[in-house]
Amino acid sequence: MSAQASAALARDARWRGWELATLAALPVAWLLLPGQALILNEIAILALFALSLDLVLGYAGVVSLGHAAFFGLGAYTAALCAKLLTPDPWLGLAAAVGATALLGFLTSFLILRGSDLTRLMVTLGVALILYELANKLDWLTGGADGLQGVAMGPVLTPFGAFEFDIGGRVACAYSMALLVACLLLVRQALRDNPVRAASIGLSVHARLIVAYTIGGAIGGVAGALLAQTNGFASLDVLDFHRSAEVLLVLVIGGTGYLYGGLFGAVAFKLLHDLLSAWTPQYWNFWIGVFLVVLVIVGRERLLRPWSWGRR
Amino acid sequence: MLTLLFDGVAYGMLLFVLAVGLAVTLGLMNFINLAHGAFAMAGGYITVLLMNRAGVPFLACLPLAFIGAGLLGAALEPTLYRRMYARPHLDQVLFSIGLVFMAVTAVDYVVGSMQQNIQVPAWLQGRFDIAWVGIGRYRLFIIVVCAVLALALQWVLVRTRFGSRLRAAVDDPRVASGLGLNVNRIFLATFVVGSGLAGLGGALGAEVLGLDPSFPLKFMIYFLIVCAVGGTTTITGPLLAALLLGIADVMGKYYVPKLGAFIVYTLMILILLVRPQGLFARAGAAR
Repeated sequence: MSAQASAALARDARWRGWELATLAALPVAWLLLPGQALILNEIAILALFALSLDLVLGYAGVVSLGHAAFFGLGAYTAALCAKLLTPDPWLGLAAAVGATALLGFLTSFLILRGSDLTRLMVTLGVALILYELANKLDWLTGGADGLQGVAMGPVLTPFGAFEFDIGGRVACAYSMALLVACLLLVRQALRDNPVRAASIGLSVHARLIVAYTIGGAIGGVAGALLAQTNGFASLDVLDFHRSAEVLLVLVIGGTGYLYGGLFGAVAFKLLHDLLSAWTPQYWNFWIGVFLVVLVIVGRERLLRPWSWGRR
Repeated sequence: MLTLLFDGVAYGMLLFVLAVGLAVTLGLMNFINLAHGAFAMAGGYITVLLMNRAGVPFLACLPLAFIGAGLLGAALEPTLYRRMYARPHLDQVLFSIGLVFMAVTAVDYVVGSMQQNIQVPAWLQGRFDIAWVGIGRYRLFIIVVCAVLALALQWVLVRTRFGSRLRAAVDDPRVASGLGLNVNRIFLATFVVGSGLAGLGGALGAEVLGLDPSFPLKFMIYFLIVCAVGGTTTITGPLLAALLLGIADVMGKYYVPKLGAFIVYTLMILILLVRPQGLFARAGAAR
């Protein structure tokens, strides 16, 4: 390895000030905004979901229109696990990670070949198949009514057991802890990857499979968190809207870097709350307008107003 | 059994007319237009509103649906779509999803979210039997109209000067424009006709497929399947793919309703696995 490359690696590995500030902002927000715990919980879940899409889109370059497949599978696995096996959240989470990682691993072989269009269709097709499954297997999933009455046990930690409360403080802390854990994990994995890739000779296929599997598993974590903190899983978690929404979240925040999903989730939730307070039924229209304007102005430029004057 | 086959063919022909414009967009500009269904929905709503509120007869509505959707395409292509051709696929996907969201909520706002019904004229209602095969009059009408359209399209593509220009532009836009063809204008014309056909398909299909504001989302996958499986270099490819899809869907839903739409999606994934360029694409065609 050349000196330049190792210097670049060392630079990538170092913690920068704004990274630490971003991570520190999460517990601070939890402490300072106890009344907003439910919203913060939603933001953390959305950020995790966007992070998982970022691995697939930003790092592996797969345009996916069916990322809700992982979110939904994670949500249903966690909810079913709580309902049929054990109310322990950690075990439910582990089951969701296992199921979605397996799905990611298996479906990654479907997207190794083909153009963007083919991949788009295959990812969309997988999500649609899961949606149909959840719809038709109503003895297991509750069908269109959703899976109701999921009772969660307390979160067991070294500091004691915490019951999920009505205000969502525990749920929020639980989600944020997992968000930080996943961010650290992905940061580590991305830092290690170039070394390994360089030493074994870059294998595009292997990278894609790994990225898709890990991306899928993190999407599963996000889905499981939603099901566990809300005690509910419905067909909505597999809907096309969710796949499109997370794409928008990630694009707002910026693809291809670790914190894009987090920033995008914060911005999207604020935008969403603003719009739905103003026009509760038709906020989707303005999301559509926003998407079109975003693309026409240029994804990179919208968030950098100082570059608007330049050509 | 044969009745089902007949229904499947009618459904497939309808899908072909709906999706052929998308095949051209994909083939000519390599542009992934998820909003294609919005044009079909426009045609459907033009028909429904004209018939139910203004009392215009059904047959007169069909050309109006074609013209309306075509005009919509003519307005959007130079203003919005043209900027997107050179962009990465991610941008195109985001852009067209944005258009779909806008179309869905706009229709919801203006017309309402309930399912719309149209009353086809009496001479198109009911069914008759030929050799124990029940044939719905309206479905026969659809097949005839769509077959005529398919033949006309094939004729334009193969026999006319515009057709040969279009094929040249599809095969290699850069060389075509180097030879003095105005690729932009060819594309505008095809986009308008493609949107118009989608509108006509939406009008014809309002009775069979159902029409509500979520139409573009519900049928997006079907249009994409037709193009991805059929390939985008010929008319026959999407036509065969649409027929296959229509028959498989109707048969699947009749014989194994429990499986629902699985058959279609699984079939699509399998076909795309084996032939990523589509089932009927020419070998080695430039993508």
